[in-house]
Amino acid sequence: MALDLARWQFGVITVYHFLFVPLTIGLSLLVAMMQTAWVRTGDERWLRMTKFWGKLFLINFAMGVVTGIVQEFQFGMNWSDYSRFVGDIFGAPLAIEGLLAFFLESTFLGLWIFGWGRLSPRVHLATIWLAAIGTVLSAYFILAANSWMQHPVGSVVNPVTGRAELTDFGAVLTNSTAVGAFTHTITAAFLSAGMFMLGISAWHLARKNETRVFRSSLRMALVTVLVAGVGVVVTGDLQAKLMTEQQPMKMAAAEALWTTSSPASFSLFTIGSLDGSQEVWSVRVPKVLSFMATGDPEGTVEGINDVQRDSEARFGPGDYTPNVPIAYWTFRVMVGFGALALLVALAGAWLQRGGRVPASRWFTYAALAGIGFPVVANSVGWIFTEMGRQPWVVYGTLRTADGVSPSVGPASVATSMIVFTLLYGVLAVVEVTLLVRYARKGPDPLPPPDEAAPSEDAPRPLAVAY
Amino acid sequence: MFGLALTDIWFLLIALLWTGYFVLEGFDFGVGALLGVLGRDETDRRRVVNTIGPLWDGNEVWLIVAGGATFAAFPEWYASLFSGFYLALLIVLVALIGRGVAFEYRGKVDDDRWRRRWDAVIIGCSAVPALLWGVAFANIVAGVPLDADHEYTGTFVTLLTPYALLGGLTTLLVFLVHGAVFVSLKTDGDLRLRAHRLALRLGLVAVPVAGGFLVWTQLAHGKGWTLVSVALAAGALVGAVLLVGRGREGWAFTLTAVTIVATTVTLFGSLYPDVLPSSTDPAGTLTTTNAASTPYTLGIMTWVALAVTPIVLAYQAWSYWVFRRRLTRDDIPAATGLPPREPVVRQ
Repeated sequence: MALDLARWQFGVITVYHFLFVPLTIGLSLLVAMMQTAWVRTGDERWLRMTKFWGKLFLINFAMGVVTGIVQEFQFGMNWSDYSRFVGDIFGAPLAIEGLLAFFLESTFLGLWIFGWGRLSPRVHLATIWLAAIGTVLSAYFILAANSWMQHPVGSVVNPVTGRAELTDFGAVLTNSTAVGAFTHTITAAFLSAGMFMLGISAWHLARKNETRVFRSSLRMALVTVLVAGVGVVVTGDLQAKLMTEQQPMKMAAAEALWTTSSPASFSLFTIGSLDGSQEVWSVRVPKVLSFMATGDPEGTVEGINDVQRDSEARFGPGDYTPNVPIAYWTFRVMVGFGALALLVALAGAWLQRGGRVPASRWFTYAALAGIGFPVVANSVGWIFTEMGRQPWVVYGTLRTADGVSPSVGPASVATSMIVFTLLYGVLAVVEVTLLVRYARKGPDPLPPPDEAAPSEDAPRPLAVAY
Repeated sequence: MFGLALTDIWFLLIALLWTGYFVLEGFDFGVGALLGVLGRDETDRRRVVNTIGPLWDGNEVWLIVAGGATFAAFPEWYASLFSGFYLALLIVLVALIGRGVAFEYRGKVDDDRWRRRWDAVIIGCSAVPALLWGVAFANIVAGVPLDADHEYTGTFVTLLTPYALLGGLTTLLVFLVHGAVFVSLKTDGDLRLRAHRLALRLGLVAVPVAGGFLVWTQLAHGKGWTLVSVALAAGALVGAVLLVGRGREGWAFTLTAVTIVATTVTLFGSLYPDVLPSSTDPAGTLTTTNAASTPYTLGIMTWVALAVTPIVLAYQAWSYWVFRRRLTRDDIPAATGLPPREPVVRQ
């Protein structure tokens, strides 16, 4: 009971946190680029873009920061036995993330927000870049920690203490799984930020608001989405091959492939029996799964029953199969919504060719809906990654059921679950309302330039304040 | 390394991180909690909030790093503490979420009702963790019921002992004084004078409460040398209260910071070499050795900390330097928030 509640809570809190993270990472870098363009060219259009997208970025950033604190605390709160088991390895990247990345991000973002008019343009530009670098660094360290859970390297389990111990920190940081997860996550973050900009820009362009600002924004968004989209596909492919090798059960569950096949087909759509173990009807593409998983269209992909048998031989009797329908559908929804986002961007690229302004109603609606596509793909992607690893919390090493806090009863977990759900629900409404209203309002006019430099003691308010 | 055991180095570093957290977030908790008392009109409320505007988020990272460092260096401590203090930490988390969002969002809509709501969030969500951190650390020093597996066997109410509540009142009052002194240091005119008077009045309550807590700590848990830090903490607090009344805010703020440093040193000094004593089963007590990670992990972490911490301190100090100026009423720009309601005209 406490275990199920703790798992639900981890899912709710983590998916919620990750609604904001990709936008933070992607937008911080895109805003830094806009400001760079402004400092380089002096073109006011870039300054207005920096301020407009910067404001939306900050509304989103606040939520990412405050929900991030919960992430660090909940390992100890709900998963104390997990923390005892993995602390020697998992704690280090977490601590380094704070020291190296969060200080950088928070301090320099404070300087960026309040530094307008106080810092020289170049120093002020440097602050947003440093904050953006902080967001990317934090992604690397937390993904290295998560990747160790997917593919534990550089560590042994000490038979005396029964705990995992670090033997090679370099191996944890250069884990192939971490490289795959990091590149996939960062490209997905750019794709998310690009779709966010695309939707809002398309909406304003359809109304002929601030055409100069939003045409540039649209083009920047389209380039971002198309480049990032290629990156997402390439890194996703890399990850699929790593997953086949490192977590064959997850790959088999993603396809609901019960028996080992060579070549294996990929189903676009399946209707199965209620427990997911029998296929009733499906639409299949031959050899695609073999190619995705191994790079060879004739390659062998292990089936769930075979991995289950192997796992029983290795780890003893037990159920080593994750929830197959969830793995199967989250995988498809992730790929599908990622592809839909790319389609919207391709349509946008076509509609704005040769200086045209895309004004068709259906494109505006598609672009607005498109803001949500990467959000869905990101969320189900993580649900797939984490649920596809079950019953393990550290793959092949520690079961999720053995990680939960023994001293925390179901009443406590239920209390925190209710509190967080209510709080997060209210904050989501506030945040989305603010984002929508500020997005609709469009960029502010620039303040009139300081004429004839006022004397030193004349009152001159701060450029930015809470 | 340096003639110290790695486990001792990490005990010191974690003490340092908590000290930094309490000194820095201590004043922004105080400033937030006093927002209603000090801010008589909207311009002054914005002045109060803006004294900590660029700083509070960087201050809070000290907590994140303290938590992460505890996880990495003393996993058993992290696991027992965070699962044991479950509901207390839940309240702290809710408060930190509330105030963080409130700072960012209070000015986003130009509407008095909107701002009043967020102000209430800032005040409550600053005062509550200021109190709870004292309760938590008093419990850590005094010990909590832990079984032989280092699992907490008490409830939330177990944590509310008289000693712990006195510890909570101490951090709350000291942070309030620290925050009031900070406002007087960063503003001018009438607001500055009101902050003086408030610091003085709060100080008169804080001195006996903090003094009582420090003496209790020394008598029940202290070591010989912690007498020095107890005396320093109490003396600095008295000095701060005396100086703030004479307009010497810089010195007063230094002294409230010294009070917080010396109090934290007293607590960690009294705790050492335990990190979480068991009040029920001596076998359950966690120490710097039985809670620690392997020497390999601690060694790597030590090098990272040595390389990165000076850089962090340098740029964070620089950010304080950039925002060193006092905020006058003329500094506060016109409100830039959205109008209260959605525009009626739609396209």
